[in-house]
Amino acid sequence: MGQKRKIRILVAKPGLDGHDRGAKIIARGFRDAGFEVIYTGLHQSPEQIVEAAIQEDVDVIGLSSLAGAHNHLFREVLRLLKERSADDIPVFGGGIIPDEDIPKLKEAGILEIFTPGTRVEDVVKWVEENIHPRG
Amino acid sequence: MGVNPKEWAKRIIEGDIRAASRLMRDIDDRMPWVSEVLKELYPHTGRAYVIGVTGSPGVGKSTLVDVLIEIFRGKKLEIGVVVIDPTSPFTGGAILGDRIRMQRHSTDSGVFIRSLATRGSMGGLSRSTSDILRVMDAMGKDIILLETVGVGQDEVDVVNIAHTSMIVMIPGLGDDIQAIKAGILEIGDIFVINKCEREGAERMEREIMMMLELGARREDGWTPKIVKTEAIKRKGVKELVEVIEEHRSFQEDPERKKMFLQKALRIELITHLKDQITTRILDAIGHEEGLSRAVDEIISGRIDLYSKSEEILNRLMC
Ligand code: B12
Ligand SMILES: Nc1nc2c(ncn2[C@@H]2O[C@H](COP(=O)(O)OP(=O)(O)OP(=O)(O)O)[C@@H](O)[C@H]2O)c(=O)[nH]1
Ligand SMILES: [Mg+2]
Repeated sequence: MGQKRKIRILVAKPGLDGHDRGAKIIARGFRDAGFEVIYTGLHQSPEQIVEAAIQEDVDVIGLSSLAGAHNHLFREVLRLLKERSADDIPVFGGGIIPDEDIPKLKEAGILEIFTPGTRVEDVVKWVEENIHPRG
Repeated sequence: MGVNPKEWAKRIIEGDIRAASRLMRDIDDRMPWVSEVLKELYPHTGRAYVIGVTGSPGVGKSTLVDVLIEIFRGKKLEIGVVVIDPTSPFTGGAILGDRIRMQRHSTDSGVFIRSLATRGSMGGLSRSTSDILRVMDAMGKDIILLETVGVGQDEVDVVNIAHTSMIVMIPGLGDDIQAIKAGILEIGDIFVINKCEREGAERMEREIMMMLELGARREDGWTPKIVKTEAIKRKGVKELVEVIEEHRSFQEDPERKKMFLQKALRIELITHLKDQITTRILDAIGHEEGLSRAVDEIISGRIDLYSKSEEILNRLMC
């Protein structure tokens, strides 16, 4: 078939963090790049995020956190994915995340982190280069 | 996908969520192998009751669906939800945001929610909708709620798929009454006036009632019902469910069931045939490139559009 799959991506805000500007800007950027973005809104538990990712069959999960709880929440998402045998779904993220946390999060399995000031085009480019829908 | 169709279908029927979810993706992405799996699933379908929810953007469709899920779950029913949002015609991308309103059900294993983009399809649905509903049916969902993109004048494909179609409106949107005039009247089994705490709800109810009385009697004999709701406060939704159940028992009549199925399958079969023929033609002429070549020939004046079209078809038939 001459057709290519569209990238499907879940953008989620875990925890009590109410800052959604960044997540919305990123979601819009993804739409403008031709991706299908499932946006689940604020205050999502890691369980809700993982179930939504499975039901929507997304190619990647993008987490956004500005309230400082990323270390716990991002890891929890990874743990639940494994528990649900869905750890083939990659996870990346962004927001206010101190430099010293980034290597540790990557070690835990978060693919990439984008901090404030990131250009949306750069995030899109990263997704296009690193996320490949299954055949 | 290296799984054999029988095995894949078996997993779905046994409740493997990922197997179902992946098939839905492959259906949406039009992967060639899906029809073999759909064939295996087909004997396990035909049980689910589909409720269509249509209406202009922002009237509260998703909020209503969220409350309906809650009520049906209270009755221990398994629920599937399909929510459709428009694909941007400029970028091909989409933001699928209906799910936000119902995310609290995400972790309920009795609820499966899937967001779809229209991907260029008109009529308020996406091309894959009926196949995806069928997968949910095979998963054992008792009720499937289907939210379409905002309905305009003729975005009413939902009536051919849903056993019960509800049209959601809100007071104070003058154009809704216009829309009714333009033919929506005939397709709604239930009219929901949501945000009924707003001024004008009673007047709107009277207006709809009047139009229903003035309009021609429906062929199937159903008298459309009007329900006022305030979805965010769950008001009126119990009454809405009662009316849905009333329409359901009406539809359950064997004669009517047969009529509905006949019409629905007819449309689906034609659509499917068109799809397959188009695919075969495009495969035969070599997709974009072949299409461009044919168009160039027409532009150059070597052949006219009608003869070219015949030529391509004839080549395919032999
Ligand atoms: C605007 C703002 C608010 C607004 C939020 C409005 C909204 N709906 O988003 C309001 C006024 C409501 C608010 C409230 C609060 N805020 Co405030 N807020 C900010 C502020 C000034 C800007 C955030 C912003 O919108 N930036 C613009 C967007 C576009 O950038 P971004 O979110 O960083 O996103 C970019 C990248 O991070 C990345 N990205 C982000 N998410 C994702 C996701 C993915 C998948 C990817 C790939 C990339 C990515 O890409 C984006 C584009 O470059 C920041 C300070 C700052 N300079 O960042 C504080 C800040 C985030 N707030 C803070 C705090 C403490 C609060 C409050 C608790 C109370 C308070 N003191 O004001 C409340 C709590 C609100 C709540 N319920 O959580 C602190 C957080 C401290 C921390 N992390 O420990 C900050 C850092 C201010 C500070 N220096 O103290 N806030
Ligand atoms: N005042 C009032 N607001 C409501 C009511 N029901 C829903 N809303 C609000 O209306 C807004 C839109 O609701 P949705 O449920 O997203 O509407 P929708 O029809 O699904 O919207 P689209 O999918 O974008 O077309 C939200 O802010 C809801 O909280 C209601 O009964 N009264
Ligand atoms: Mg909606």
